[in-house]
Amino acid sequence: MAVVDPFETRADAAAREDRSWLERIPAAYWVVGLVLLIMPAIAGDFVLFQIFGWTFILGLIALGLMFLGGYGGMVSLAQMSIAGMGGYMVAIFGVSAIDTISLGWPWYIAVPISLIIAMIFGTLTGWLAVRTEGIYTIMITLAIAAAFFYFTRQNYVIFNGFSGFNGVLPPMLFGVDWRGPAAFYYLTLFWAALGYFVVLYISRAPFGLALQGVRDNPRRMSALGFNVTAHRVAAYTFASLLAAIGGILLTWQSAQISPGTAAIGAAIDILVIAVIGGLRHPVGPFIGALIYVILKTYAIDALVAMGLSGERFQLLVGVTFLIIVFWSPDGILGLWDKFRESRNRDPLTGRGGEGP
Amino acid sequence: MTDFARRHPYWAAIIAVLAAVLLWMIFALWPAWLVDLIGRKKIFLNALFNGITLGGLYFLVASGFTLIFGLMRNVNLAHGSLYLLGGYIGYGVAEATGYWLLAFPAAFIVVGAAGVALQLVVFRRMEGQDLRQTLVTIGISIVAADLMLWGWGGDFYNISAPSWLSGPMETILVTTQKRSGDLVYLKYPLVRVVIFLAAVAIGIGMWLLLNRTKIGMLIRAGVDDRDMLSASGARIQLVFLGVFAFGAGLAGVAGVVGGTFQSIAPGEDIRFLLASLVVVIVGGMGSIPGAALGALLIGLAEQFGSVYMPTYAVVLTFLIMVGVLAFRPQGLMGRA
Repeated sequence: MAVVDPFETRADAAAREDRSWLERIPAAYWVVGLVLLIMPAIAGDFVLFQIFGWTFILGLIALGLMFLGGYGGMVSLAQMSIAGMGGYMVAIFGVSAIDTISLGWPWYIAVPISLIIAMIFGTLTGWLAVRTEGIYTIMITLAIAAAFFYFTRQNYVIFNGFSGFNGVLPPMLFGVDWRGPAAFYYLTLFWAALGYFVVLYISRAPFGLALQGVRDNPRRMSALGFNVTAHRVAAYTFASLLAAIGGILLTWQSAQISPGTAAIGAAIDILVIAVIGGLRHPVGPFIGALIYVILKTYAIDALVAMGLSGERFQLLVGVTFLIIVFWSPDGILGLWDKFRESRNRDPLTGRGGEGP
Repeated sequence: MTDFARRHPYWAAIIAVLAAVLLWMIFALWPAWLVDLIGRKKIFLNALFNGITLGGLYFLVASGFTLIFGLMRNVNLAHGSLYLLGGYIGYGVAEATGYWLLAFPAAFIVVGAAGVALQLVVFRRMEGQDLRQTLVTIGISIVAADLMLWGWGGDFYNISAPSWLSGPMETILVTTQKRSGDLVYLKYPLVRVVIFLAAVAIGIGMWLLLNRTKIGMLIRAGVDDRDMLSASGARIQLVFLGVFAFGAGLAGVAGVVGGTFQSIAPGEDIRFLLASLVVVIVGGMGSIPGAALGALLIGLAEQFGSVYMPTYAVVLTFLIMVGVLAFRPQGLMGRA
């Protein structure tokens, strides 16, 4: 697959045309890819399973939000609910410790059904949400997320209420325990990388370009003959596929799913992750997720070391988020762009130094 | 109203029939078959009154939200935090001085000042940037929630109403007839009635202010066309500041009311933010009568839901919202 450096200049692009596809992969991808592939050799089990596994999962769920927000201009807070729906469905159709509800179907039936149901749920959410614009979308998806949370907490027949499902384990495929640290790391890495490249591909495919057109000027796109609503709803469907994969992985990682997984706080966390990373490039959500996971895992130790009580974790996350959105609406990626711009700027004219 | 009846004769007829049935259910003695069907009349009346008074509380919270949004297009997702802050301030003042009534102006002033700070520091810097406002106010609400948890802890606080307001009050509504032939009248907490009447008074006051005064004229003009108003020489930033302070102050007052009705605890901020979101979505953004109608609907739905279908009470309110969105996306009273 041809991978394109987001920061390349025009001269690079011209030179790129006459190289083979292997040579066209920028150096950064080789480095990051290699480091990620050999990570199990250098990192401990906790880092692999908790830090990276969780980062890839949250990054994948937030990637859907980045796709919706960055390319579609629609910010949905229902991503975590859709992920929760995927997780719940895999617990209900597959095997869990609650065998009065779980149907115990094999994974090759349960997982596709879960993905499809979560996508239907996401599409319906999108169909409702695209009737509104901008800020209304956020409010409506927030309300849907809250409704999903309360519904799963109250419903004991299907969703097993407050306690949810435990003992939801990944299948023992090829004789590998997929919850083992290294195996789970590669599993999440595979889906995260696949999601990343598919989003990158779609952003340049006709559908992605049309979606970006819809974001920039829906009236003009509709005058050109594009079905604006259909494009937006399809974007929701795709984002919900990403969220559903993430949700199933999340359920397997913690071996349980309960209403708390898709609570309002968790829904907002996904937005925080996507925004901290940046909504302009699919790598953003993963950067944001890594920062979030590291903060969430180590902040308590850091706070205790600073003499504060570990309970103020939420404050630290909130302040970090506030600082980033207040000064750089584009997140870490925006800061990176600003830094590059100031580096390249001509000290005399003050203009950008890209190209001759 | 006659205009509505002329344009939608069928809807008007349905609403009239429903209203007649409701009135009959409130005032008549229930026959045995109805009691068998849906339970005792006392439960129904209590749910009805609780729903209406809860609607009053929701109206107080949501009217500030809708006013701010309608005029300035400011999306203040920290509105729930303002509510919670008002509750804590009110609790502190009421405990310290012993005067329940003093809690209201104190909460209004302090939370109004917090609103002024929000408008000056946050919203004026990012006018017209919806997404950024949303994100920044979400961040503020996360930080504020944790700071309040730090300051007041995770306990439940209840602001106790003064003695002259506590206790039940006799109403003229008959709940049932004793075998001896005596009529049993419904008793209802006085404080809820008083607070509901106060909410109605505030609502009418706001309507009069908006429709009958010069300031109201400025505000309405600002809702319709902000740029034109500022071009015609009105000091619009001052109007904005005033409206924001007023809307935030109302949220603070609502916090005191909520602390008296129910209790104040961490998590209530999200609950009331969601409630006011649903209320304004159902009622229509920026419309005060819409907020009143939406608050009444949501309050009633919540109370009747918790009495007659306890499991899915919370979901019912969201179903109403989804229904309104699907058929009338601009809200019941919103302008297309």
